Amino acid sequence: MKTVELKTPLDEKQISELEAGDKVFLSGEIYTARDAAHKRLVALMEEGRELPFDLKGAVIYYVGPAPSKPGQVMNSAGPTTSYRMDVFTPLLLEHGLRGTIGKGPRSMKVRDSIVKNKGIYFAAVGGAAAGIASSIKEAEVIAYEDLGPEAIRKLVVERMPLFVVNDTRGNDLFEAGVAEYRREE
Amino acid sequence: MRELDVAGITAAVKDLSIKTNIYLPDDVKKALRESLEKEESPLGREILQVILENHDIAEREKMPICQDTGVAIVFLEVGQEVHLTGGALEDAVNEGVRQGYKEAYLRKSMVADPVIIRKNTTDNTPAVIYTRIVPGDKVKIVFAPKGGGAENMSEVRMMTAADGIEGVKDFVVDRVFRSGGNPCPPVVVGVGLGGSFERCAMLAKEALMRKIGEPNPDSVYDEVEKELLRRINNLGIGPQGLGGRTTALAVHIKMVPCHIASMPVAVNIQCHVSRHGETII
Repeated sequence: MKTVELKTPLDEKQISELEAGDKVFLSGEIYTARDAAHKRLVALMEEGRELPFDLKGAVIYYVGPAPSKPGQVMNSAGPTTSYRMDVFTPLLLEHGLRGTIGKGPRSMKVRDSIVKNKGIYFAAVGGAAAGIASSIKEAEVIAYEDLGPEAIRKLVVERMPLFVVNDTRGNDLFEAGVAEYRREE
Repeated sequence: MRELDVAGITAAVKDLSIKTNIYLPDDVKKALRESLEKEESPLGREILQVILENHDIAEREKMPICQDTGVAIVFLEVGQEVHLTGGALEDAVNEGVRQGYKEAYLRKSMVADPVIIRKNTTDNTPAVIYTRIVPGDKVKIVFAPKGGGAENMSEVRMMTAADGIEGVKDFVVDRVFRSGGNPCPPVVVGVGLGGSFERCAMLAKEALMRKIGEPNPDSVYDEVEKELLRRINNLGIGPQGLGGRTTALAVHIKMVPCHIASMPVAVNIQCHVSRHGETII
């Protein structure tokens, strides 16, 4: 397990060096999207239409932030549970999405797609939302403003603290962690 | 008869909605600090440390502890000597939620049609309101913002008498196991036993309002709680599900009588941001 500084957009080489359990400080542009935005993104893709941002090498953060106060870049913004996006993620990875950030385990289909498409899944600490906000330096709604907290935002993050959960080799930090600390009754 | 203007209820709900989302109850903070001392996983300890630091940041910056400021769960106990004036009680509660969530920049997380349209109501109303009429001339308000991630891991099961207490224990432990890292562990587990299909679910939620460290008033169920907590923490799920000894901070059971044919059991999971507060008017 190592500590890695990463900057977006992420390329295949950077990703293939990451291992489940690594600590990552992520910097650069990332995009927010959760349930409702994913539904719209995939609908656009099925119609063959252009997406509001370029998926190639992109990282999506599953978050619906609290509304910012006047003069505040970002209010509390911790990860939401990732499995709800599982049905959409393989298609996005096939179209160039490189990484996702959320909390909780992914489906086997997503894990296989991560291996196949050289993707990566990071966990942020759920519920540590006020602290995470301090690593977000810029935020701008770029699509679906009508969705409120579920709108797609472009964020610029600086050293956002994350853990690698699913790597390109098929490792899973949830499985490994639980197996290590489980005690049979 | 005591006359009470519902404007007082609006003000109290507003105040509670802001405070509960920024300041975590002392018993929850204490339980998290104690779990840090016991946690064996280095990653688990690091996560618990981040969670504890986040409480300080939230208080200092007056930011919500979690961006998911929840569905507003409101338990009202209205004394039967109280005559409420100035408007409808539920409207007054919703107005308090509306004002609190706007003023403190809390997230509005409610959608009007839950299935087809799912359009945000933009003010976090309606609250989920449960009202009981009780003796006395006071109004007690318990406010609990409940996040979606942990709520989604909850379940009701209509068990049978033959399943017995061992069946109940296995169900509770299995429900937490299947939740894994999804509900933001370390969690608090609320268990409702008896009543009916909907009543046991309510009991499970009410059980979450009990202070961590306060024993179950029934000594038999107190022992069951202790056993469940041990079994759950032996699952290895740990902080955020990434492995460790701290999967739950507490298990709280609440029970009421039930029908001879039934044994309803509900498990309501609460994340580590176990928010709730109360006021008596």
